[in-house]
Amino acid sequence: MATKKFMYLNRKASYGTAYAIESLEVVLIAAAFEQDVSLAFIDDGVYQIVEGQNTDGIGMKNFSKTFHALGDYDINKLYVSAESLEERGLTADDLMPLVYEDEDDDWEEKPSVKVVSNAELTEIMSEQDVCLSF
Amino acid sequence: MADILGAEVDEEGFLVDLKDWTREIAIEMAKTDDIDLADENAELYQERWDVLNLLRDYFEEYQIAPAVRVLTKAVGKKLGKDKGSSKYLYTLFPYGPGKQGCKFAGLPKPTGCI
Repeated sequence: MATKKFMYLNRKASYGTAYAIESLEVVLIAAAFEQDVSLAFIDDGVYQIVEGQNTDGIGMKNFSKTFHALGDYDINKLYVSAESLEERGLTADDLMPLVYEDEDDDWEEKPSVKVVSNAELTEIMSEQDVCLSF
Repeated sequence: MADILGAEVDEEGFLVDLKDWTREIAIEMAKTDDIDLADENAELYQERWDVLNLLRDYFEEYQIAPAVRVLTKAVGKKLGKDKGSSKYLYTLFPYGPGKQGCKFAGLPKPTGCI
């Protein structure tokens, strides 16, 4: 099976709607097919990977922990819009330190999250075979 | 709706509420599949519990049931390289380490398990 480049665009915050968790489930399912998968976090989607989330008050499962599993699923390209972060008063330091182990570099832990400008993101999106927006 | 020792299970035998899980429920589930998780001297007793405990730890940490590929990697890392193969895991859980292992461990069916 030929490998295709899939990008999942996340535009909404984690809770309040089902978009974020549905996206994550699709990503994990797609990972089983060994495709080239990347994720992008734009607009309120950047809130999905903010560090220190607590869902006790709303009685929902805190699935932000699941993002830490992505590295094991060979998903290690998480692009975050710099403009979206800035508009919300956030910086890269507010995000979860998501990492993966690089098979080709003695399993060294490397960061999965990359903050990019919207212009760079447009460029990356144009290289994809499939973009799915959530 | 069916139940095991009073805990509700779905049509495939997975726990509906993960909080219901007890060791006794795991033993009971395994009995249906002809696997002995109760007798410490039973064949592969410790090996099976090692994987079930690892699955429960994995879920606690990541909130998902791992895909078989990911479980295999985690077993190799935590329990020894020689055990990190799907052949080994299928020896422990012949109906599929993901499906059968997750069921006994009280986890939901693995995401991406088709």
